[in-house]
Amino acid sequence: MPAVSKGDGMRGLAVFISDIRNCKSKEAEIKRINKELANIRSKFKGDKALDGYSKKKYVCKLLFIFLLGHDIDFGHMEAVNLLSSNKYTEKQIGYLFISVLVNSNSELIRLINNAIKNDLSSRNPTFMCLALHCIANVGSREMAEAFAGEIPRILVAGDTMDSVKQSAALCLLRLYKASPDLVLMGEWTSRVVHLLNDQHMGVVTAAISLITCLSSKNPDEFKTCVSLAVSRLSRIVSSASTDLQDYTYYFVPAPWLSCKLLRLLQCYPPPEDGAVKGRLVECLETILNKAQEPPKSKKVQHSNAKNAILFEAISLIIHYDSEPNLLVRACNQLGQFLQHRETNLRYLALESMCTLASSEFSHEAVKTHIETVINALKTERDVSVRQRAADLLYAMCDRSNAKQIVAEMLSYLETADYSIREEMVLKVAILAEKYAVDYSWYVDTILNLIRIAGDYVSEEVWYRVIQIVINRDDVQGYAAKTVFEALQAPACHENMVKVGGYILGEFGNLIAGDPRSSPLVQFNLLHSKFHLCSVPTRALLLSAYIKFINLFPETKATIQEVLRSDSQIRNSDVELQQRAVEYLKLSSIASTDVLATVLEEMPPFPERESSILAKLKKKKGPGAVTVELEDGKERGELNGGGDRGGDAAIAASNASTPSPSADLLGLRSTAPVSGTTPSAGSLLVDVFSEAGPSATSAGVNDDGFLSSAPPTVASEDPAPPLPESDELLNKFVCKNNGVLFENQLLQIGIKSEYRQNLGRMYLFYGNKTSVQFVSFNTTVSCPGELQSQLNVQTKTVEPLVEGGAQVQQVINIECLTDFIDAPLLNIKFRYGGALQNISLKLPVTINKFFQPTEMAAADFFQRWKQLSQPQQEAQKIFKASHGMDTEVLKAKLLGLGTALLENVDPNPENYVCAGVIQTKAQQVGCLLRLEPNAQAQMYRLTLRSSKDTVSQRVCDLLAEQF
Amino acid sequence: MIGGLFIYNHKGEVLISRVYRDDIGRNAVDAFRVNVIHARQQVRSPVTNIARTSFFHVKRSNIWLAAVTKQNVNAAMVFEFLYKMCDVMTAYFGKISEENIKNNFVLIYELLDEILDFGYPQNSETGALKTFITQTGIKSQSKEEQSQITSQVTGQIGWRREGIKYRRNELFLDVLESVNLLMSPQGQVLSAHVSGRVVMKSYLSGMPECKFGMNDKIVIDKQGKGGASEEAAAGKSGGGGGKQSIAIDDCTFHQCVRLSKFDAERSISFIPPDGECELMRYRTTKDIILPFRVIPLVREVGRTKLEVKVVIKSNFKPSLLAQKIEVRIPTPLNTSGVQVICMKGKAKYKASENAIVWKIKRMAGMKESQISAEIELLPTNDKKKWARPPISMNFEVPFAPSGLKVRYLKVFEPKLNYSDHDVIKWVRYIGRSGIYETRC
Repeated sequence: MPAVSKGDGMRGLAVFISDIRNCKSKEAEIKRINKELANIRSKFKGDKALDGYSKKKYVCKLLFIFLLGHDIDFGHMEAVNLLSSNKYTEKQIGYLFISVLVNSNSELIRLINNAIKNDLSSRNPTFMCLALHCIANVGSREMAEAFAGEIPRILVAGDTMDSVKQSAALCLLRLYKASPDLVLMGEWTSRVVHLLNDQHMGVVTAAISLITCLSSKNPDEFKTCVSLAVSRLSRIVSSASTDLQDYTYYFVPAPWLSCKLLRLLQCYPPPEDGAVKGRLVECLETILNKAQEPPKSKKVQHSNAKNAILFEAISLIIHYDSEPNLLVRACNQLGQFLQHRETNLRYLALESMCTLASSEFSHEAVKTHIETVINALKTERDVSVRQRAADLLYAMCDRSNAKQIVAEMLSYLETADYSIREEMVLKVAILAEKYAVDYSWYVDTILNLIRIAGDYVSEEVWYRVIQIVINRDDVQGYAAKTVFEALQAPACHENMVKVGGYILGEFGNLIAGDPRSSPLVQFNLLHSKFHLCSVPTRALLLSAYIKFINLFPETKATIQEVLRSDSQIRNSDVELQQRAVEYLKLSSIASTDVLATVLEEMPPFPERESSILAKLKKKKGPGAVTVELEDGKERGELNGGGDRGGDAAIAASNASTPSPSADLLGLRSTAPVSGTTPSAGSLLVDVFSEAGPSATSAGVNDDGFLSSAPPTVASEDPAPPLPESDELLNKFVCKNNGVLFENQLLQIGIKSEYRQNLGRMYLFYGNKTSVQFVSFNTTVSCPGELQSQLNVQTKTVEPLVEGGAQVQQVINIECLTDFIDAPLLNIKFRYGGALQNISLKLPVTINKFFQPTEMAAADFFQRWKQLSQPQQEAQKIFKASHGMDTEVLKAKLLGLGTALLENVDPNPENYVCAGVIQTKAQQVGCLLRLEPNAQAQMYRLTLRSSKDTVSQRVCDLLAEQF
Repeated sequence: MIGGLFIYNHKGEVLISRVYRDDIGRNAVDAFRVNVIHARQQVRSPVTNIARTSFFHVKRSNIWLAAVTKQNVNAAMVFEFLYKMCDVMTAYFGKISEENIKNNFVLIYELLDEILDFGYPQNSETGALKTFITQTGIKSQSKEEQSQITSQVTGQIGWRREGIKYRRNELFLDVLESVNLLMSPQGQVLSAHVSGRVVMKSYLSGMPECKFGMNDKIVIDKQGKGGASEEAAAGKSGGGGGKQSIAIDDCTFHQCVRLSKFDAERSISFIPPDGECELMRYRTTKDIILPFRVIPLVREVGRTKLEVKVVIKSNFKPSLLAQKIEVRIPTPLNTSGVQVICMKGKAKYKASENAIVWKIKRMAGMKESQISAEIELLPTNDKKKWARPPISMNFEVPFAPSGLKVRYLKVFEPKLNYSDHDVIKWVRYIGRSGIYETRC
């Protein structure tokens, strides 16, 4: 650029600017500007023969006034006149004014375009550059229309100066970005690619920006640039720092160019040509090697330039995701940066690692840095870096380190910044659920979460806990116990009260045996929180109270007293008042039976995709956090992931329509039972094996999964029983009420009671659709020899079930003698013309006819010894499939129908039960001994009875329960 | 109530910051600066709400005074207080400027402590304040003096202390009015009103009881029925027009006026504070004497030329003289040159204000004067038409454009032996222009 000579100093402008700067107030400034504008107007008006210098000066002043924020509505003509001047400074000011002030619909645009055209064809490189800059700065459609054809020609012409080429490339880039439809591809495109080979580094740098932009839109046309870029990159990388002279920046050869090259390569998949690929890998290795070398300068610019290249190289490596060796090296390099002094470096390292964690090759390598990352989370001063650390922890979490990571995140939550707490809570909730091997750990974690950051626990999170607790029998007792303990804290969060109220209301009975958590104690504990809570929580607590009345009749009087108090029954809130009134009436009018029906335990929730995940996705925006689902086809254990995770999520949600199997967040506790840890190949089966609320891990195949959907072509014959019906049977061994079966159309609830050798079962058929079922017909049959063992009488049901309605069927059962099989229930109906045919096993098992027998220790052992014949004893040793919680075990044994004998067995860990099975033909005494081994997670179950078949059958049934 | 009071200079730097209530934080200071003083768009509303905090500001030359509150206060009260605050400061150190405020900041804090208590306005009477807040350092006051101040400040007549003695009992009464007008080019009055003040300066001994009378329509009518005796005496002292009584739209009084008496009998009686005070403020809209008539004539000759002719006529008794007359004729924004010819006074094109300013020193009543100007324009590529702002005018006339007359001001001092006749009284009328505009 020609130096500004002293004569061109424009003193008037300098004086004007200093006047403005010295203005005391806005008003003074406006006055000064008005004065100056009037002066300029008179000058422009007066004599037409204004010399170039004053024209330039006044245009400059106008420009300055415009930049101060005032409107300028004249002077454009003078500026356009300046364009045709031959002096550089005058032309420059003219272009400057035009670039800043001209609007596209100006009448002057033709004049301007003309001037630009003249300059472009002037062959004076300085003028050409000025014109190109002006085009790029204005960048309007008119400009693009006028010059989109001209500029590529200048760019690829052989005789164009290097500096003009640079400007032309950048100008074209700008026009392409502004109006891509006007920049037409042509024969110049191939020649543009060859600019990568240009001698002049500046031209290469400018051209590569253009090529990157163009090739991201039409990658195929620019495919050839890959090999050129690789060779250019390798030349730069392998060059000594002195080779490139002007383009060496603090001992780093052409850092900007290198970054741009690497970025260009990220537009393409790994090169197929072996030689090119080899060269590229070599380059990347060299870059990684250089990062290890001691710095050549202590200046920050040196390390910045070096690291810029390094990070760009790492993103390329991640983009290719095919070189395990490089990925691991990149990861190690980033690991070093994690402890770097420079905050920005730590931030970048964490960010890149997040993406590295999603690659299967480097996931393990990333995991080795867990300690450092955790440390960063704890000690980092910069909040954004801490956020990255949290993201990375989330991304690197898998089954092996879930416990540690979740614990760390929980402890960090206590001090975390408010802005990221909610996100952290969601992450913890998701990780805890996804990698929960042991549901008591899950419950602990979530309750901790509520305790630490209750305010940030959204509804979804605590809904989810309750869903999981209700769906999983094995944690219910533990959950009740933990919640009870948690509620004992003097101040607990409202969310905790909600969870506590719900769980105690449902499962308080499981811990009621302990005098420390007797029903009244539980109730008083809940009620002590009542007055501190908001209306929705109070409503929930009222429901919990009425459930208490059902669970523990002894609390009825107390609770009724509470409901009757004015603060409830006359509460100003309509919802609370209504609940109080209705519950009070319900508890005083309804008989125990009715109460038990109304306040039955909640049926299991249908499994669905965790709403927490959806929430986290929403919070982070699409693509920011996607959680890969364990889908079999994908590697399931990673949290980070790019778009693939999103696809998988969509696939999974599609899959979930016919069957509720797609809750892919675990519910994995069946895996340890089957004894095999899921390998990638068997995942598909595993996922499906969790189809029902719980299904046998053995007899399930893909067909089984499908058959739970309504068969499209069904015969009139009773369908074969559903494969999971055995499992359903097991579910009801220790309980009498619950949901027997559910699909999209139909829900079958069951409620049964037994006395001596007689039983009565109520089946509730619920139509879940809005369309009525016609020819609804159910039959109960006893196959084979069961016919002589069991006497079953049914009442017919109405053939019409309205949409949303429920019909009830009563079945009377008489046990003639002991039996093994279960009666079959076949349901047929027409739904929208299609015949539906479902067969299930009725949960009638021999243990239902147990009569508990209390006896002292001496009696027990006497009888035990009497039944010492080998065929009278049945014994099983098996692994625990659920947690070994005392309360839960007790509840189950009681549910079996036997009496649980305390203080009989010398070892307090063991359980001893006794009962008599009542059949019409005979009574069979039965003694039971269950010896848990907590270390080995094993049980030994021994049963002795007077009849060998009974011992065997009860033993089989019971073994499935623990 | 007022939560805090800040004073800023034109750059937005805080000169004085006094917070009275805890609900006003430090950030309020910055909020006002950012949102009002440094706002991109000029803030025209005197009340600004920022983050549930209300800012009431007045501007005196380059100084911003802002009262802040989070409560729902009476805005009129706050502004009254701010004006009073300005009056007090002016009485203490003259013009309100950055320099003066910086030099007197201790005094200002002292004043702020006295005139506001927990955000509630207290005694803001300059005379009373001056007895115990002085600029001459600490004056060691005797016990008696202190108790006297206490009894005065807390007593019924907080604005006047006892035992004032003057050799000459003198009294000055100024009727200051500003007349506002908006007139159409055809000479139709679009809106006009007069806002006036009666300012009293008294040097009276003891605790005089005063009674003030003017030609208020209601009073005159009432007396007319009952047979007026004093009217003849009042009629003699009249200056200008022949109007008998005027209709006052609304008025406010100094705190010394007994409002109960005014409500009952429409009589204005009071014990005046010593020195200067604003006795009353009023507003009239009917039968206003417009001192000047402006007749504009604007002709556009092509795209590059504009011819303007403006005639002003004075419309009052020929014996009276108007002063400081200034006519401001706005010019288009693309003016490139102006030629002016005027018969009287001086006229000049002021580019910095985009206006022709025509100044006449003196002008008698019932006269006429004229200016004509040729304005050259620069053609612009902007399609916007010139908005033609109104021609505005400034002047000062020695009568009250509302027609208000002071009929009497009687002074009774029962304890000291001087009577109404011994008091020397001066009355003066000054009418000034407010916003006096004629569209063209």
